[in-house]
Amino acid sequence: MATTATTWCGQSVERVEDAALLTGRGRYIDDLGVKPGTLHAAILRSQHAHARIAAIRTDAATQVPGVAAVLTGRDVTALSASLVVGVKAPIECWPIAVDRVRYVGEPVAIVVATDRYLAEDALDLIDVDYEPLPAVVDPNDALDPARPVLHDGLGSNIASERSFRYGDPERAFAEAAKRVSVTIRYPRNSGTPIETYGLIAEYDPGEDAYDVLSNFMGPFSLHAVMARALKVSGNRLRLRTPPDSGGSFGVKQGLFPYIVLMSLAARVAGKPVKWIEDRLEHLSASVSATNRVTTLDAAVDADGRVRALAWDQVEDVGAHIRAPEPATLYRMHGNLTGAYDIRHVSVRNRVVLTNKTPTGLNRGFGGPQVYYALERLMQRVAIELDLDPIDVFRRNLVPSGAFPYRAACGALLDSGDYMRTLETALTDGGFAELRARQAKARAEGRLYGIGCAAAVEPSVSNMGYITAALTPAERRKAGPKNGAQATATVALDPLGAVTVHVASVPQGQGHRTVLSQVVADALGLKFSDVRVVTELDTGRDAWSIASGNYSSRFAAAVGGAAHLAANKIKGKLAKTAAAQLNVSPDDVEFVGGKIRARGNPDNALPFSRVAATSHWSPGLVPEENQALRETVFWTPPQLTPPSDDDEVNSSLCYGFIFDFCGVEIDRVTGAVRIDKYVTMHDCGRILHPGMVAGQVTGGFTQALGAALYEEYAYGPDGSFLTGTFADYLVPTPMEIPEPLILHVETPSPFTPLGTKGVGEGNCMSTPVCIANAAADALGVAAIDLPLTPAKLAAHIHAAEPAPRSRPTVAAAPIKGRALRGSGEAHADASPDAVWRMLLDPKTLEALIPGCHGVEKLSDTHFRAEVTLGVGPVTGRYKADITLSDLDPPNAVTLTGIVTGALGDGRGSGRIRLVPDGAGTRLTYEYDAAIGGKVASIAGRLLDGAAKIVIRQFFTALARHTGGGGKSGFFARLFGGRA
Amino acid sequence: MKPARFDYVRAEHLAEVHDVLAENGNDARVIAGGQTLLPMLSMRLARPKVVVDIMHLPQLQTIDADKGTIRIGAGVRQAQLLGWPLLSDRQPLLAAALPWVGHAQTRNRGTICGSLAHADPSAEIPLVLVALGGTIELSSRRGRRRIAADIFFTGMMSTARSEDELIEAAILPARPTGSGYAFQEFGRRHGDFAIAACAAVATDKGTRLAVAGVADRATMHDFAALDGSALDDALDAFAWDLDARDDLHATARYRRELVRRMGRAVIEEARRCRA
Repeated sequence: MATTATTWCGQSVERVEDAALLTGRGRYIDDLGVKPGTLHAAILRSQHAHARIAAIRTDAATQVPGVAAVLTGRDVTALSASLVVGVKAPIECWPIAVDRVRYVGEPVAIVVATDRYLAEDALDLIDVDYEPLPAVVDPNDALDPARPVLHDGLGSNIASERSFRYGDPERAFAEAAKRVSVTIRYPRNSGTPIETYGLIAEYDPGEDAYDVLSNFMGPFSLHAVMARALKVSGNRLRLRTPPDSGGSFGVKQGLFPYIVLMSLAARVAGKPVKWIEDRLEHLSASVSATNRVTTLDAAVDADGRVRALAWDQVEDVGAHIRAPEPATLYRMHGNLTGAYDIRHVSVRNRVVLTNKTPTGLNRGFGGPQVYYALERLMQRVAIELDLDPIDVFRRNLVPSGAFPYRAACGALLDSGDYMRTLETALTDGGFAELRARQAKARAEGRLYGIGCAAAVEPSVSNMGYITAALTPAERRKAGPKNGAQATATVALDPLGAVTVHVASVPQGQGHRTVLSQVVADALGLKFSDVRVVTELDTGRDAWSIASGNYSSRFAAAVGGAAHLAANKIKGKLAKTAAAQLNVSPDDVEFVGGKIRARGNPDNALPFSRVAATSHWSPGLVPEENQALRETVFWTPPQLTPPSDDDEVNSSLCYGFIFDFCGVEIDRVTGAVRIDKYVTMHDCGRILHPGMVAGQVTGGFTQALGAALYEEYAYGPDGSFLTGTFADYLVPTPMEIPEPLILHVETPSPFTPLGTKGVGEGNCMSTPVCIANAAADALGVAAIDLPLTPAKLAAHIHAAEPAPRSRPTVAAAPIKGRALRGSGEAHADASPDAVWRMLLDPKTLEALIPGCHGVEKLSDTHFRAEVTLGVGPVTGRYKADITLSDLDPPNAVTLTGIVTGALGDGRGSGRIRLVPDGAGTRLTYEYDAAIGGKVASIAGRLLDGAAKIVIRQFFTALARHTGGGGKSGFFARLFGGRA
Repeated sequence: MKPARFDYVRAEHLAEVHDVLAENGNDARVIAGGQTLLPMLSMRLARPKVVVDIMHLPQLQTIDADKGTIRIGAGVRQAQLLGWPLLSDRQPLLAAALPWVGHAQTRNRGTICGSLAHADPSAEIPLVLVALGGTIELSSRRGRRRIAADIFFTGMMSTARSEDELIEAAILPARPTGSGYAFQEFGRRHGDFAIAACAAVATDKGTRLAVAGVADRATMHDFAALDGSALDDALDAFAWDLDARDDLHATARYRRELVRRMGRAVIEEARRCRA
């Protein structure tokens, strides 16, 4: 087939998606109409990180008029099967808590009602008895056999452990001039799409079939997981997607457990069920990237040449090992040597379970964690050997001319010229000028650092890489997994117009525009002549397990498949046209909407006429040339299953990135200012420069968030602390500098268009590049993300002397959300009288703020209903109060546990009574911990709230006896100087 | 994230607001711009029985400047005040601080008095009122009273307002001649809650520094004419007295350091402005 000169590809044509999106005409899941009678679901979620569910009482909720169904774990286990788990371990993974909750935000019950308001009202009436269990939060703690086990069947919290060895790492380390090591703790964060999860699920009892419209993004390998969980054959689970979806960044993969849940809810309710995730639900319980503790060692020659790497990765996947995990860990496995020519590698991978939200796909998927360790290590190599970091890159990058290059762990680096790309970046990015700028800043006493990072950016995942988590024997038993089936369909209609269908599930990237360019180029049409449909319907469209919008596969795999499908139909049209033009098919060309004889432009036919022939005059076209609709499936042969030596080519394409930046850290606030950021990419052939710039800028922005702002934070008790955008800080345009984006293009030999992925690379390179610059500015060896001002300032601010003006208060260190305080009040009654009050339910009722009736269980154990609140924030709680360590009438310890819809709190205080004239001086100190919803959304204010509630108690006690808080001292205790 | 059921009253007369508050007490909430109350309702942190809307009362929407004071009605939105042409002349401290209140979008809806009612410990508007020695005007069926800002704020999200009272206006002294002002704030992102915000007022009587984001309310101290190491010592004592706490965004020690350094910087700047 003759190649057609490229016209559209390579141009930043106007995006066909934008006219609708910019005028508010996007059609997202929540914009679409629903069938009459559709019900709405709301989810009751766990406030506890870890607890046994002793009982769930749903009667009151069920009786609310308008409530159609209430489902709990029991209903779900009765109607479905556990989600398949990706490792060989005796554990189940349900989309709802079954007898036990393992993270804050885990679904506990679903209410289906005529509207969402009613459904949320009914949630408040569900009564759950939890028996709290100790939580495991830190991944290193999860390795400790003495800690509580999350999944009893597993016997420990290690869900998977594998060791790998490539080359001869032991010998390389033994012979190395130097061993350089880093230990890093990569935090949890997320891509945070603007549009949250949403779906409408329906069950057809006549056919035992489910039909779900959702903004799920794939991978459609999870279709198999969902169908098996729902206990139907694949053809009885029809998944459809809406025309538009508002971002994903991997995160909308995590919708799939809810597809199972809501399908079951629709089945039980007998009506379609709609559920739109709200932001509180999203931040606490959608999916997060994994947090990881990595120790990485390098065996290094004296000149900085790295001979071997030793990886030890502890991957925290949260409370369940949910499909496709532990994929985050293995996605990068083949390219664990990064952009470097390192032949000896050892790897120890442990996947642990903790009481946090289960993890899943996220932009960068495994890359940020790996490159943070690898590129911190390369900086340390330079520093510890007193070398220029750029020389360390030069000595270790895969040499020019070595491509395709088989890396030690199995990646086949398809193309590139890393050395030339590095040098071009330094020159065109102004590296020498940046060094001069740094020298000037430092001469002025400013904290200025330069950071660099090199990375290979994998794209088009091998669907078999995840099986590297299994041993070769387990893999043989399960059968080989490999490939990356991509598909595209090109159809001609009776007027000769071209329509393209793909299973790429875009979420705003512009797939329709790029496919128009690709197909228009193949067929010699205007790009506006081609129409692309990206809504997917698994009941009607071509798709496979690799379908979906992830692993940066679009340009390389989907764009390539569309190119192949267009060429397939073109070949047939060429034959039909050749017969009419009286030339050989090889002499036919497609140009400007015409099909014509090469060298004789007047001998031409309109494209649309030839394209319509098989509709109107099929009798004129031999059967093999019938051109109506061509579907191509394409999978690259390079994506083989992991070898018996555990070598795995985990991705098809590997782009190259070299970043450098200059940052200044404010000496007063510790704030990081990015002075200059340069990002050099080789992503193969570029189809749409504007969109590539958009992808790089978007990835850079999210990476900046990961570097400086974002962390899904948990307290030591497993309480979730970043449930709103006031605490989970996503950078806004005010915080984002514009990076200088540079390109070198070395086309991939393995993809039809020479393209590679580009959207994820900065999520891998940028966090560590900024951290390297901050470490350089501060002169520190260990630095973990996010680089918050307070964290950095701790390296700048001199040690703080104790306060001079007043006696040192032995302030116990405050850990996590533990709240501590002390106070004093005066009562106009003798210690004996006050003592009797404290032990009397009637008096307690009067003293405890908002108390609605004290039930005395024993002389020292009370139960009550209380309304606690600060300002407008009030909630009703069940309180359980015990008195202990009684020393009448001198001292008593009061312990209270409160539970309610807004959260739970437990606190303990020692109260001392000292005669004070005719009255009593009461002093108290307390320790409290608050969890649940209120900790997730108002962590900043908890301390003050605890103070106020406790003050309310003592103010009431003082008032009850006719006394009062001591002025001055009291005022200072409760909030500064009067 | 849907509110529980509540009644909505769009007040047409001030008396109607007072009636709703008198009859429902703490079960009633006044809504003005709704920038804090609506999220609270949606998250079901607040569950009032009645929400009374005061944004349709023209008499609450005025900014009155006379005889050395500025009176800002309860219906005045932050953006409206920021757009008031006389603001930077009459009260430069407020003009300096207002752009730090949330974002342009929230200022288009949020009101000055709503921020006072909410009494967030990090909020800029209460800070400015405390620094300037402003007052809050409260009204109810029982009558009308004025209360000084530094005793109005009693703690985190807590004020001296009685359940039946409406915050009807905030009253600020206009800038007297020969005074200097300065404002600085540090938060993690533009528009975030302040980790620390400092406002200084220098007059011939002394130099006052008020700090938000550190204690459980905006807190003011008069540093008189102290300077040099005596000022550092006094700032150190003040920083400790604020009883800062650790939270997700910053440590107590970090906050104290900001009070010492930013506090000193704004005091010096306010004095320079005065000179």
